[in-house]
Amino acid sequence: MKKFSRPDWLSGRTAVIGIPYFWLAVCSLLPFLLVLKISFGEMDASGPFGTLVSYIDGALAVRIRLGNYIYLAQDDLYIIAYLNSIRYAALTTLICLIIGYPFAYFMARAPQARRGVLMMLVMLPFWTSFLLRIYAWKGMLSNNGVLNNFLMSAGVIDAPIHMMNTEFSLMIGMVYSYLPFMILPLFTNLSKLDVRLIEAAADLGSTPWSTFWRITVPLSKSGIIAGSMLVFIPCVGEFVIPDLLGGPSTIMIGHVMWDEFFSNVDWPMASTVTVVVILGVLIPMGILNKYQSGDEQKL
Amino acid sequence: MASAESGNFSGTSPNAAAQDRPFLQINNLIKEFGDNRVVNNVSVTINKGEIFALLGSSGCGKSTLLRMLAGFETPTSGEIVLNGKNIIADAPYHRPINMMFQSYALFPHLSVWDNIAFGLRREGLAGDDIAERVEKMLALVQLASFGKRKPHQLSGGQQQRVALARSLAKRPQLLLLDEPLAALDKKLRERTQLELVNIIEQVGVTCVMVTHDQEEAMAMASRIAVMSDGVILQIGEPRNVYETPNCRFVADFIGSVNMFSGTVVEDEPDHVVIQSAECSHYVGHGITGTPGMAVSVAIRPEKIAVSAERPQQQHNCVSGEVIELAYLGSYTVYHLKLAGGTVIKATVGNTERHGACRPKWGDRLYARWDDDAMVVLTR
Amino acid sequence: MNAYRWFGRSWLAMGYFFLYIPIIMLVVYSFNSSSQDMIWRGFTLHWYEALAGDDEIIAGFFLSLKVATLAATCSVVLGTFTAYVLTNYRQFTGRALFKGMASAPLVMPEVIIGLSLLLMLVGMDNAIGFPPRGLLTLVFGHTVLGVAYSAVVIESRLKEISRSLSEAAMDLGCRPYQVFFLVTLPNISQALVSAWLLTFTLSLDDVVVSAFLTGPGYSTMPIVIFSRARLGLDPRVNTVAAITIAVVSTGVVLSSLYMARAERLRQKEISAAFRH
Repeated sequence: MKKFSRPDWLSGRTAVIGIPYFWLAVCSLLPFLLVLKISFGEMDASGPFGTLVSYIDGALAVRIRLGNYIYLAQDDLYIIAYLNSIRYAALTTLICLIIGYPFAYFMARAPQARRGVLMMLVMLPFWTSFLLRIYAWKGMLSNNGVLNNFLMSAGVIDAPIHMMNTEFSLMIGMVYSYLPFMILPLFTNLSKLDVRLIEAAADLGSTPWSTFWRITVPLSKSGIIAGSMLVFIPCVGEFVIPDLLGGPSTIMIGHVMWDEFFSNVDWPMASTVTVVVILGVLIPMGILNKYQSGDEQKL
Repeated sequence: MASAESGNFSGTSPNAAAQDRPFLQINNLIKEFGDNRVVNNVSVTINKGEIFALLGSSGCGKSTLLRMLAGFETPTSGEIVLNGKNIIADAPYHRPINMMFQSYALFPHLSVWDNIAFGLRREGLAGDDIAERVEKMLALVQLASFGKRKPHQLSGGQQQRVALARSLAKRPQLLLLDEPLAALDKKLRERTQLELVNIIEQVGVTCVMVTHDQEEAMAMASRIAVMSDGVILQIGEPRNVYETPNCRFVADFIGSVNMFSGTVVEDEPDHVVIQSAECSHYVGHGITGTPGMAVSVAIRPEKIAVSAERPQQQHNCVSGEVIELAYLGSYTVYHLKLAGGTVIKATVGNTERHGACRPKWGDRLYARWDDDAMVVLTR
Repeated sequence: MNAYRWFGRSWLAMGYFFLYIPIIMLVVYSFNSSSQDMIWRGFTLHWYEALAGDDEIIAGFFLSLKVATLAATCSVVLGTFTAYVLTNYRQFTGRALFKGMASAPLVMPEVIIGLSLLLMLVGMDNAIGFPPRGLLTLVFGHTVLGVAYSAVVIESRLKEISRSLSEAAMDLGCRPYQVFFLVTLPNISQALVSAWLLTFTLSLDDVVVSAFLTGPGYSTMPIVIFSRARLGLDPRVNTVAAITIAVVSTGVVLSSLYMARAERLRQKEISAAFRH
């Protein structure tokens, strides 16, 4: 009885896996490890790459300086920024859900022929520059912007309402930018919903309102979660929107990192913040992954 | 060349009968997926030019066995010897074997012509040779004017013919068919059965097919192997497998069967009597066994004759009440409930238009069969 | 039932209004002859002329175009590798890590990606004097982002292709690499184009990673616009917006029409085949 190992013709596999693996290691793993290392160091004359491991007088010394992390935990600025980021991201997700769910629902209920056009109209802004659209809101909400001018010329108000650089402008910008990210997975999910289920519910005596809450919404759960994750996670680390539309009161963690890096030139501090945020992102991501693979198994 | 009228067209073509030459030898083939032994020490010899069917229900290992022949699964151990050469370590693209997939697997981005020419181009044939071969294949499957079409522009039956032409284009030593008729609807299936066999025999290629449909296997193949749980239970010509099953599973799997459990009460060289709860069975030949041995007696429904009058014979007859009756045009199916509660099935051909015996539900009928109608099974 | 439909239609209408009003305003005010505010003072093409002479933006545009083309192409190539590995190789050491790394750029805030890549590149620069910050680092950064997105697009298409197609190809004499080029690639071509366009757009629009990884004299268009936007309103930015919107809309509409037409044609052919 001859036993066989893997045949030769499968050995090209190592190269095929190796190339992307190498690339991913270089751009995802290596930078992370480096950032981790730097966060344990301090900024000195030769740059932020202070020695972590050194061999002096026959002794191997590993210096892990936790000073940055301690500072982080103690300084109000960072804590506030973290909480702000999470707060605004959660708020954005909620508002996007409230606006986006009915939107996706009615899109999915439109006649088949029109759905493609409706979808295209939602995606069109997405393909236009994100930056330009945020800039557009600046034009809309400034003191001398479109909205204020419109309201003043209509006689509704006398002096311009101060809307820029407030929480209000920030939220509008966030919701505006991320709405398509909520609508898309919801629409995909809802359009696959079997209409017959709704008909069956009606046949069994359920009112449209009750059908909606008892059947449609639970069935679209995976779409809701996907959309929420797609909005929440990037929102936490948003930089451009808070920078252009937000103000000093709406400081978010992305801004803190930027400032540490560019303004303060304190790279180890920036690295420390980065490490903590990465870990904070990995956890929701892990939940999402688990949920997705659990979903796949159930199917 | 075998023709449709010559009765058993699935039988061996004139050529194969003359030379029962072993062509494909499968020796002790084992395939394990983790702890699960899907193919369990299978050994088969397949002759040149024959159509060989692997018959079994899903999960019995037949598809895995076929895929090992094609080279898509690596056996855990064993040998596959094709025309004298052990091909077990060869990659699929090195084996002189071609497969027709259940889903046809036609390349959607290529035309019919290019699909068929695909394998030939890998061989590096000259352009003219390729063109000639492709035209020949198209003519063989009667799709001569369809060369320019793409697969999505063809019906299911046409796609199947292209898949067949593609797998025959390289003149393989062995043709593998994976559930060839599964994707077709019933009407198309019958017609395609004949066409397929005709084409394969015309080309003369040795063929191994896998199916779960016993009618398909019996109609198309010259020999059948019944598989269950990774093991081949019986190999033989359709007639032999049907009339002389070697175990309960095979008897039950192919066609319908009435099974009686009993013990051997009389064991002689020329006859055996077996007593079961329903009646005593007189079998007109000897068996290898001992008195007192527990056996099963299998009788096919069409071997049973029914009548309203009590027959003369002492053995091989029972009486029962008609609990089910189905008139199916060319034959009628009766289900008789016997005294002990057992239900037997009898099929009677409607040979007369206005037959004399017209039983109804609830009637009491007698069923009888001949000495040689039974098969005695010990496992 | 009528109230329900009314509700639906008005919700959709308001939603679309919300989505498009800033875009419309952008375009309208690019023709506005006021320079400091958004009060309509009269139609003018003055800002478009100004744009034509605005070297900074034009240089930025061409740089962005170059970077985007290079980055998109690299992203699609590497993304195809990644997607292929994820689809076809179900078991190999470190697969979970591989999958994690492949999807990481999708969820990480760009500030983090920019920061960590920059630190690594600076470290490399210190150690071996390569690479200098500029075109190369920009393309590198955009490719990191792009690979993650292309991998998603291409993987979803690869999953749709039945495995028996590759097996059939091997059965007919193709070695594995031939299977890829002769059978797999033609069948994912549309996904490759989508991935290219997606990563091209992403690169063209990227601000944060570009800001971290750029070098002196290498300001991409988004960087230029961003710095101007921080200072205040600039009608030249409106003109850029108007042109962008015009080009993109035409592209999206045309491609949607084309794809819808191709799909209709295909359906006709399939139903025609079944009548024979």
